[in-house]
Amino acid sequence: MALERKDVENIAHLARLSISEADIPEYARNLSNILALVEQMSVVDTNGVSPMAHPLEASQRLREDTVTEADQRGHFQAIAPAVEAGLYLVPKVIE
Amino acid sequence: MHNKSLTELSTGLIAGQFSSEELTRHFLDRIDRLDGQLNSFITVTAEQALTQARQADTRRNRGEAGPLTGIPLVQKDIFCTNGVRTSCGSKMLYNFIAPYDATVVARCNDAGMVMLGKANMDEFAMGSSNETSFYGPVKNPWDTAAVPGGSSGGSAAAVAARLTPAATGTDTGGSIRQPAALCGISGIKPTYGRVSRYGMIAFASSLDQAGPMARSAEDCALLLGAMAGFDPRDSTSVEREVPDYRATLGNGLKGLKIGLPKEYFGAGLDPAVGQAVQAAIDEYRKLGAEVVDISLPNTGLAVPTYYVVAPAECSSNLSRMDGVRFGYRCENPKDLEDLYKRSRGEGFGAEVKRRIMIGTYALSAGYYDAYYLKAQQMRHLISDDFRRAFEQVDVIMGPTSPTVAFNAGEKTDDPVAMYLADVYTIAANLAGLPGMSIPAGFVNNRPVGLQIIGNYFDEARLLNVAHQYQLATDWHQRMPHGFE
Repeated sequence: MALERKDVENIAHLARLSISEADIPEYARNLSNILALVEQMSVVDTNGVSPMAHPLEASQRLREDTVTEADQRGHFQAIAPAVEAGLYLVPKVIE
Repeated sequence: MHNKSLTELSTGLIAGQFSSEELTRHFLDRIDRLDGQLNSFITVTAEQALTQARQADTRRNRGEAGPLTGIPLVQKDIFCTNGVRTSCGSKMLYNFIAPYDATVVARCNDAGMVMLGKANMDEFAMGSSNETSFYGPVKNPWDTAAVPGGSSGGSAAAVAARLTPAATGTDTGGSIRQPAALCGISGIKPTYGRVSRYGMIAFASSLDQAGPMARSAEDCALLLGAMAGFDPRDSTSVEREVPDYRATLGNGLKGLKIGLPKEYFGAGLDPAVGQAVQAAIDEYRKLGAEVVDISLPNTGLAVPTYYVVAPAECSSNLSRMDGVRFGYRCENPKDLEDLYKRSRGEGFGAEVKRRIMIGTYALSAGYYDAYYLKAQQMRHLISDDFRRAFEQVDVIMGPTSPTVAFNAGEKTDDPVAMYLADVYTIAANLAGLPGMSIPAGFVNNRPVGLQIIGNYFDEARLLNVAHQYQLATDWHQRMPHGFE
């Protein structure tokens, strides 16, 4: 499947990645080559084969619904780019 | 001192031949003098190491030392280390001072080990040559024109050059085994779920696994014993007792059934590498093993399958790098979308962005069935191949890598060529099986690795099989020139 410029732009938007205009053709080429590699799977008949999401077919382990962690917000926020009053600061979202 | 194995260092410390502080200073001095040629470290933690070393010596004087107490170690920079920068080889985390220890790190610290620093690696563990690191490429100590392999290239190079007696690595598609092979050292990727992933920066959550890298199977056995075990903080951690991996190292190999998949010895394998591996198999025949030809028919689809599953999972895991709570944030973001896009666009390197985009595409509406679902079905078929093989044989062997170390820059223009370097290692990650690489010779002075794949939770057998070979041969004791 060959990807075109608008495909790359669309995927980059979904992934929230800025890609410069100049780089788009190279990404389109590399991604198309990777998809060509991946498409080799399509020749194999997988009718009736169940998908394997986990190597050991395990399911989510559960525990008692009790509080076990301490409040470390201050400690974790010490490395944030911008915080105020316990909140992470970002550019205005709502006009 | 730097030529001693972990076991010899442990014995030396117990006998009082040297203190942990002396040992640590020795390695810190070597790193200072020699790592400029390799770039295997992103962060060296000299002060902290000396503090840990003194504490280890105090513990020893009080009679409270264990086998690993006071032994130096390097942690791959993918493990969160409390108070110490954890960069994952990326600009995105250039300033990330981890606020907690990964379980692997905590266990090494509890065992009394001394952390020399954080090893360089391919960015976010994505790569097979340690050329994608934001902190510069790592060189192979056997030939500095060559790559050390990746993504645990820094760990492998540091061990090979004896800048550290051991290191931790991680393996998602071969990232412990392939650099171990290219650098002539021993490394093991345990069964999925054997070692905790808590605090290990996630790349592909259903494939990632941490493991030891050292200069022998015996040393790996010692370190794996400290690293492995159930962790309630990792929901994929398996509740299964950890055996004493050293106890069975000495078992004889008479009657061991070794499977050689015909798909691992066909097109794409460098003939000289193939010969070295066949010579290693002959050694095993001499040790009493029986060699059986087997087939893993879906081997050719392992790389395509992986390059859907791993990017899909990485696109999800790396969505947490958003410039909001930690790490790199772009300058003067004009709105939230700009904050996300430019922080991520500027913070991530090209290979990481490629994989995020492939993953995003594979998971997007309209493509999920054709790519991700299909890959998960392929994964089942690939695992079934191994299950059938292990009904006939005890272990599977073959080359770890189709070639010896290639030169820096040789594959950086063609991502797909780089991906094909993982052809023999990837299937074990997809199936969740344990795999090991040990040195088995040289081609043009560059090391060759023998890969040994085992059944689920059969790490003790892998280490035993590897150790017996290392008693009969000395490839693992060879050392690169210039790092004496």
